[in-house]
Amino acid sequence: MTIVYVPGDSAARSVGADQVAIEIASQANARGLDVQIVRNGSRGALFLEPLVEVLTSSGRIAFGPVSADEINSLFEADFLNGGDHVLALGKSDEIAWLAKQDRVTFARVGIIDPLSISDYESHGGLTGLRKALDMKSEDIVEQVTASGLRGRGGAGFPAGVKWRTVLNTVGEKKYICCNADEGDSGTFADRMVMEGDPFMLLEGMTIAGIAVGATEGVIYIRSEYPDAIEMMKKAIVLANEFGSLGENILGTERSFHVRIRVGGGSYVCGEETAMLESIEGKRGVVRSKPPLPAIEGLFGKPTVINNVLTLATVPAVMSGGADAYKARGVGRSVGTQVFQLGGNIARGGIVELAFGTTLGSLINDYGSGTFSGKSIRAVQIGGPLGAYLPASSFDVSMDYESLLAAGGMLGHGGLVLFDESVDMAIQAKFAMEFCALESCGKCTPCRIGSTRGAETITKIIDGQDIDGNKRLLLDLCEVMTDGSLCAMGGLTPLPVRSALLHFPEDFDSRIGATK
Amino acid sequence: MQFPAWSQERALEVIARTSGEPGPVLVTLQGIQEYFGYVPDGAVALIASACNVSRADVHGVLTFYHDLRTELPRKVQIKICVAEACQSMGARDVAESARKSVIDNLDVEISNAYCLGNCALAPAASVDGKLRGRVSVKSLVKEISQL
Ligand SMILES: Cc1cc2nc3c(=O)[nH]c(=O)nc-3n(C[C@H](O)[C@H](O)[C@H](O)COP(=O)(O)O)c2cc1C
Ligand code: SF4
Ligand code: FES
Repeated sequence: MTIVYVPGDSAARSVGADQVAIEIASQANARGLDVQIVRNGSRGALFLEPLVEVLTSSGRIAFGPVSADEINSLFEADFLNGGDHVLALGKSDEIAWLAKQDRVTFARVGIIDPLSISDYESHGGLTGLRKALDMKSEDIVEQVTASGLRGRGGAGFPAGVKWRTVLNTVGEKKYICCNADEGDSGTFADRMVMEGDPFMLLEGMTIAGIAVGATEGVIYIRSEYPDAIEMMKKAIVLANEFGSLGENILGTERSFHVRIRVGGGSYVCGEETAMLESIEGKRGVVRSKPPLPAIEGLFGKPTVINNVLTLATVPAVMSGGADAYKARGVGRSVGTQVFQLGGNIARGGIVELAFGTTLGSLINDYGSGTFSGKSIRAVQIGGPLGAYLPASSFDVSMDYESLLAAGGMLGHGGLVLFDESVDMAIQAKFAMEFCALESCGKCTPCRIGSTRGAETITKIIDGQDIDGNKRLLLDLCEVMTDGSLCAMGGLTPLPVRSALLHFPEDFDSRIGATK
Repeated sequence: MQFPAWSQERALEVIARTSGEPGPVLVTLQGIQEYFGYVPDGAVALIASACNVSRADVHGVLTFYHDLRTELPRKVQIKICVAEACQSMGARDVAESARKSVIDNLDVEISNAYCLGNCALAPAASVDGKLRGRVSVKSLVKEISQL
């Protein structure tokens, strides 16, 4: 019997992986060959999807991007024994784009069968949880703190510090809430973790629960991710059956239960307090702080809120130790960052590397420039609230502090590339429109300012009193930055201002007609 | 997708599945929409009383979330991502042209999405909940004609 891997990740399926799997099964059958198809997650080289792998005596051999039409020729070339073919990529582990990466959080994604606990365990899964079960709460929190792990949802707040607050807050009930809203455009790592290695996320949440004394967890997943929702639901059932989740975890006295809540198509519900409101079934209106969610969070109880990637990295921090994790990265940005390359890019996907690689290296060495083949004009980093940077800033080091100094922000690690055809005034206008669409409505500068901002940029685009309207726009940006409760209104000016700063020609030379 | 016609009895059954959970309003509205395809007028009062909140509260939640709708959906639901990564690959034109080319097809509804998590294979869309990558007007129209 030959094992063939055809990713079940929704991005791979979006370009035909299901048809490929069906075709392989039916042709193997017709040829009397014994083939078992495993639907793994995606290795993250999305430009190679559907990436088919065959397990041979010399390891996994990759072919891609494969379409259903090519299955016949693959069989003719004896691909099941690693035969040569135009789509052959050699050994999967030696594909340079993947081999050069430093995979910690994504170490298993694309390698294992996402719903096989035995696969998970044989690739290091549950090691972190087993260690944690033998440790005192304080020691777990200490190890996460010592590792320097910072929140991957956007703000980069140290995970251990947050956990310590919850640990030290008295409460008869505490919660772990996993933020799987992943609303930032240009990001998909949370989705790929949930679809490709769901037990890792559950393990991370369980360790968090043991560390702070919480027995209940909630994963808030956006409705745009139906496949991730299904995968997590199945994984919860399997982990409960296996005993790594639920009552008496792995035969100990500890218990931890996880349930799923699905979002309602609202971007602002990714903001942690709006998410709590939404989990409580209410309108997703941002709460004022204090109180911090760590002290009064879900249903008023002490709550750890962490992003998917933060929690998914915890098992590795527990099993590998704080020092091994901390050894990577630069300055206060320690460990690895899961960069997501998207937009007009030739080779998009997941690039996990230690913090401190350069923007240019990500875009050129991994991304291979634009998909269109035209020259690069701009890259937006960190989602819809992130800055647009020009090609001249490609030397910037990709870590929290350096990006901030360069006038940008890392956010959730998404990079969106634009070629020379982009109109930066239109992009700035979109930032304002998106804020108007998604504002929770609590603060006037965000709710009204964003609509005024979009109108003002429209006037600039139409060539009306460009200088006057630019001044007005900058004033508006200042009011939004200073007068907004959360980063929705507070950071929408970032893409707008950066567009004005780095691409003034798109605003200044519009006289009359649009470009 | 076909949905059953409004029935108070069915609605009460659906509501009872979640109305006892902590913070039940949103999840119950989602349950009703999953069953009937939208949130019928008559459901609001039933949810309010089952969840022990005011009708205004239910209405407030219903109007806050983009996903929740108060009209029956058309048979085929297309969502086209028009967020930044997809914009960089021409999503604005795809969305506009796709709307034009199905304008006479009353079975098809096209709405905007803001990131479907497929940004490396932009432009992205979803067809009845199934993710699609590297879409064009041609590929979408072809898929619609085969449904
Ligand atoms: C408008 C807005 C949207 C946000 N969306 C998300 C999101 O989709 N996912 C996420 O993890 N954090 C998001 N955040 C950040 C959260 O508020 C919060 O900082 C994070 O979930 C904490 O987890 P971490 O410390 O592990 O990063 C958003 C913040 C704002 C202001
Ligand atoms: S800044 Fe905008 S989204 Fe944030 S609380 Fe204020 S109105 Fe709501
Ligand atoms: S921006 Fe379109 S799928 Fe992410």
